[in-house]
Amino acid sequence: MATSEVKTGDPGIDPSTGEFRVIGQGQTFRSVTEKITRIVLTPRTPLGWFAIFSVAGAGATMLMVAVTWLFLKGIGIWGVTQPVAWGFAIINFVWWIGIGHAGTLISAILLLFKQGWRNSISRFAEAMTIFAVVCAGMFPVLHLGRPWLGYWLFPYPSTMTVWPQFRSPLMWDVFAVSTYATISVVFWYIGMVPDLGTMRDRAHSKFAKYAYGLFSMGWRGSARHWMRYETASLLLAGLATPLVLSVHTVISFDFAVAVLPGWHTTIFPPYFVAGAIYSGFAMVLTLAIPLRKFYHLEALVTERHIDNMGKVMLATGFIVAYGYGMEIFMAWYSASHWEAFMMWNRMFGPMGWSYWVLVTCNLAIPLTTLWSRKLRTSIAYMFFLSIVVNTGMWFERFVIVVTSLYRDFLPSSWGTYRATKWDYMTFVGTLGLFTFLFLLFVRVLPMIPMNEIRMLLPAAKIKAKATAKAGD
Amino acid sequence: MPPREGTYGLLAEFDTPGDLIRAARQARQDGWRRLDCYTPYPVEEAAEAIGFHRNKVPLLTLIGGLMGGAAMFGLEVWISVLAYPLNIGGRPTYSWPAFIVPAYEWTILFAGLSAAFGMLALNGLPALYHPLFNAPNFRDGATTDKFFLCLEALDPKFDLAEAKKYLESFQPVSVVEVQY
Repeated sequence: MATSEVKTGDPGIDPSTGEFRVIGQGQTFRSVTEKITRIVLTPRTPLGWFAIFSVAGAGATMLMVAVTWLFLKGIGIWGVTQPVAWGFAIINFVWWIGIGHAGTLISAILLLFKQGWRNSISRFAEAMTIFAVVCAGMFPVLHLGRPWLGYWLFPYPSTMTVWPQFRSPLMWDVFAVSTYATISVVFWYIGMVPDLGTMRDRAHSKFAKYAYGLFSMGWRGSARHWMRYETASLLLAGLATPLVLSVHTVISFDFAVAVLPGWHTTIFPPYFVAGAIYSGFAMVLTLAIPLRKFYHLEALVTERHIDNMGKVMLATGFIVAYGYGMEIFMAWYSASHWEAFMMWNRMFGPMGWSYWVLVTCNLAIPLTTLWSRKLRTSIAYMFFLSIVVNTGMWFERFVIVVTSLYRDFLPSSWGTYRATKWDYMTFVGTLGLFTFLFLLFVRVLPMIPMNEIRMLLPAAKIKAKATAKAGD
Repeated sequence: MPPREGTYGLLAEFDTPGDLIRAARQARQDGWRRLDCYTPYPVEEAAEAIGFHRNKVPLLTLIGGLMGGAAMFGLEVWISVLAYPLNIGGRPTYSWPAFIVPAYEWTILFAGLSAAFGMLALNGLPALYHPLFNAPNFRDGATTDKFFLCLEALDPKFDLAEAKKYLESFQPVSVVEVQY
């Protein structure tokens, strides 16, 4: 641990821009490479890693128990029933997939907008996307009742000569989510290939050399390769951008095309997408803040990143607020008795408390405080806020699913919803699985894209050249 | 590829991207064609310096995307109209607006896969062995912080002693001969 160069001078503000630096001062190509590879290539795993890993592993084990019991008994062990047939499973599905969206936003949309600051956080945000989609994808399949027949969702020539119904948004979901998962994995892996080459060249143990050598596919940094690589990255980013918007749009269609009061609205697609990004950035912060502290990455994930993520959350939070406002407005403006009752019931009915949790966590706390730069760059406050927003966004999905379903048109068909311990075990279990996978990722793969960080360093500037391009 | 013998090329090492680009541009101007730059991060100017301006990844992506979209749309139409028509309240079986979403997703899926795998294929990857890995300074530097220019022996102008002298005129950190 002879890392003298990573300690930066405390004022992390660049005098030329007045902004926080994207990368701490005094970093060189070699210092960032060493910094990032050492986390992975060290033979000693930090004790704290083991501690969290075992807790997360226990959570993942609990998920396995819950799912095993589900397979044995059927979804009767969950709280879902009529009229609330979509309980925790769909809430968690939407919540998890929404979290994933920030990863794609950071890696794809911010790449297209040439937001250099994203480079530090793009890799682990993408990893977060993949693990969130893993957790998300599990829920609809478990919710099928007979999950082992999940392959019926796909069009294949079966002996029953039955084919799927392509007019259903649930069917669209299958394609949206499976495409999203595939493209996210490909984008993540392709982005990692040059860094795996670095790992291969810096590894000491034979096994690590073989493993990284195999997965880096013989990357050697040829200029021709880089050009094609950059083109492919841009194209993948350009493809992932409409994809990520379409995924949550399609998920919102699951609700929006129904005739049920509370679901029958056209605001859902943009409002779902904004909510997804809102919660996703909150989750990136939840992960980034402990990571930079634990692995001493303050020079690479700086206050600038925290600040910018706070700004994105502020913007998307207001879109979400507009969505809530529009729901209330339409409940009145539609002049539909059922819509008006639904909204009254959502706010003041027996489950009204959940609506106020949502308003507190998603609107009252973040949208009043995120204006302050002081608070946006306060690490402790942003960590607290990220937890608040994640909670709020979970309750948003709870409100949408449960409070729309439990009291629909006829009072004789009203009911209520209570999650069982199996619901909670499955949900908490996916949190464990997510953390478990994320910790494995942090331990064996470079969590910050080294090749992209190198581009941000002052040494990457090409000097004394008449034909230099404008810009950076 | 049949095993080759002898020299693959000469590898000059530079400390900064600027030095590399000056050398590469000059070499290209002096008529070198079999040459390549190796950098630890994408340096657009390096590719331009060696005369590599266009690549076929966008074309492959376009073809892949069109094929994916057409395949899914065709599948949906075939299923809904011919293989398994469902009469729901007399609505048309060819309800194309509903088919757009899966077709759109498959357009993206196949375009993305074509971009990724097309890029790898055009780069000739995976290629776990490459003569450059034999150079003593290549693996420590090329993926970390050094910039390399390689003049390949396949170039008609290549003559070991001449080329070495030529590369040394750019004042690189070192010039090494790379064996197959």
